[in-house]
Amino acid sequence: MLRLEPRARPSAWMAWLSPLLAVLLTMLCGFVLFLAVGKDPVASLSVFFLEPLRGLQGWSEVGVKMAPLLMIAVGLSLCFRANVFNIGAEGQFVVGAIAAGALILRIDNDANGGFWLMSLALLAGVLGGMAWASVTAWLRDRFNANEILVSLMLVYVAELLLSYLVHGVLMDPDGFGFPQSRLFSDGFLLPAILPGTRLHPGILLALGAAMLGWLFLARSFAGFRLQVGGMAPLAARYAGFSSRRSLWLAMLASGGLAGLAGACEIMGPIGQLTPSISPGYGFAAIIVAFVGRLHPIGVIFSSFIMAVLYIGGELSQSRLGMPSAITGIFQGILLFALLACDVLIHNRLRWRP
Amino acid sequence: MDALAPLIASAIVAGTPLMLAALGLLVNEKSGVINLGSEGMMLVAAVAGFAVALDSGSPALGFAAGAAAGMALSAFFAWLTVWLGANQVATGLALSLFGVGASAYLGLPYVGETLTVHPSGIPLLKDLPFVGRALFQHHPMVYVSLLLCAGIAWFLSRSRAGLVLRAVGEAPASAHALGYNVRRIRLCALLFGGACCGLAGAFMSLVYTPMWVENMVAGRGWIALALTTFATWRPLRVLVGAYLFGGITILTFHMQALGVPIASQLLSMLPYLATILVLVLISRNANWIRLNMPASLGKNFNPNT
Repeated sequence: MLRLEPRARPSAWMAWLSPLLAVLLTMLCGFVLFLAVGKDPVASLSVFFLEPLRGLQGWSEVGVKMAPLLMIAVGLSLCFRANVFNIGAEGQFVVGAIAAGALILRIDNDANGGFWLMSLALLAGVLGGMAWASVTAWLRDRFNANEILVSLMLVYVAELLLSYLVHGVLMDPDGFGFPQSRLFSDGFLLPAILPGTRLHPGILLALGAAMLGWLFLARSFAGFRLQVGGMAPLAARYAGFSSRRSLWLAMLASGGLAGLAGACEIMGPIGQLTPSISPGYGFAAIIVAFVGRLHPIGVIFSSFIMAVLYIGGELSQSRLGMPSAITGIFQGILLFALLACDVLIHNRLRWRP
Repeated sequence: MDALAPLIASAIVAGTPLMLAALGLLVNEKSGVINLGSEGMMLVAAVAGFAVALDSGSPALGFAAGAAAGMALSAFFAWLTVWLGANQVATGLALSLFGVGASAYLGLPYVGETLTVHPSGIPLLKDLPFVGRALFQHHPMVYVSLLLCAGIAWFLSRSRAGLVLRAVGEAPASAHALGYNVRRIRLCALLFGGACCGLAGAFMSLVYTPMWVENMVAGRGWIALALTTFATWRPLRVLVGAYLFGGITILTFHMQALGVPIASQLLSMLPYLATILVLVLISRNANWIRLNMPASLGKNFNPNT
């Protein structure tokens, strides 16, 4: 019988091999899933995992999806390493988009815009996300309220707030009553960094955030304190590291990055405020952070995989007639697969007759 | 007065899924396991229950299917966390994310279908003035949930098995040393919790709004998790909390219907804001929470090390 046997020490190899195994396991589950619903599994999987990477257009679209996922996941990696379970990044994303969008709608006069005003709008997005995250941080810090539940409740509140605003004060007066804002003028739309594609500078900001996140965790004392607080709270307290400071730092960083992702999304591919600006990026980024081993460089790879899954899901709707929910199923399976594979970090499989 | 009876009745109906789910989660947590997958389990159970009830024409079979779906998912959760030692928070999140996708996929053929709910109630009592309308004209599952609440309260505080369950949640190593099988007890607790969340989900799609709508649970799984903290892990306080939240939900509907000049989106925020408020009020005293919370909540136990 195949048995699990504890290892003497965690395997460093398995720690990095496990995400790859998880992706393979997800594909295997996909194979079975497609077979079960009567689709050709090989053709379906190639639509899901290979078609998105066809040509420059394909790669650039993957980059468009990767930008918000990477930004949010870098922030969440810091958070989860500090043992702060901010799972409301979706709400911080939405409020970041509201803040940036409201500012743009206020100052946009069809003739202005440009680098500095766009930067100002992005900054508004960051501040919006930070403000939303700081509600959770404050309630946790001051009242000891569970951050998982509070941040999650605030996702629903943020989505309702967005819906309220685009049905009300931010609605396009010439929009025939559709619940959306007017389109931002060209001066407030992020330019394409590759001509002929939708790839916007957000991806560069995201990669920059990943580098900064890595520098922070690996090279700064504050990053060290944050990780000690997450791994060994008692040791951190003994060393005099403030758990409150780590909490605020982690929440503000992840909220700010999620807000930036929201701002980039409405100034990039969407170009206006609508009631549904996120296809669940904030939740998918939780999976991205775990699959990337909570490592700011690791999440570059996992956000790429997640972006491929998003595009693959869109393609399978048009090519295979699969419903959009298939993306969510694949996301869930990926996280399950990772958690199962991670068992092999601390255990090994042994054959015992 | 006559307007009040239906209000009370609908508050009870709205509170019932919260109570069912929160009772199950409470038993989970008493055994030391926190299952953040309640939202996902409720959604999958809502689809499963609706599908079976529609195809078979029997709501009872629908509830059974919902409970079975919840149990199947919680068995998977138990395998990952209790046997393989995976992180409970991450696994629960995975279950919720998976449940949202899976239920949306499975529910596609059922969008737009509706069930007819037959009027029910307790004979004789339901014809009483006022209290009859308010309390005794409900679906049988409402009364089942009340019995369940009393039963769990008795089980946890008065029965030997309940004492063992609590011991596993407080000090798994000690329970293990006394010869109790910690893993099997946690599995049983999780299966029970899954069945309760399943009943809650099925109640949503069979009774509360007798149809399937994507994401129809709308955060109730998370609110139920908050309710266990609000109740400081006591079943009778879960009842109070659930009906309170049911009341808030119904109040927002009625304010919309009465044309209160507040946007519907802002009114819909109320249950979520109330959850936060309740968490803040109850958690403010960290010592009180620490005294009531099962000591090993969220921590895995491996009997082989």
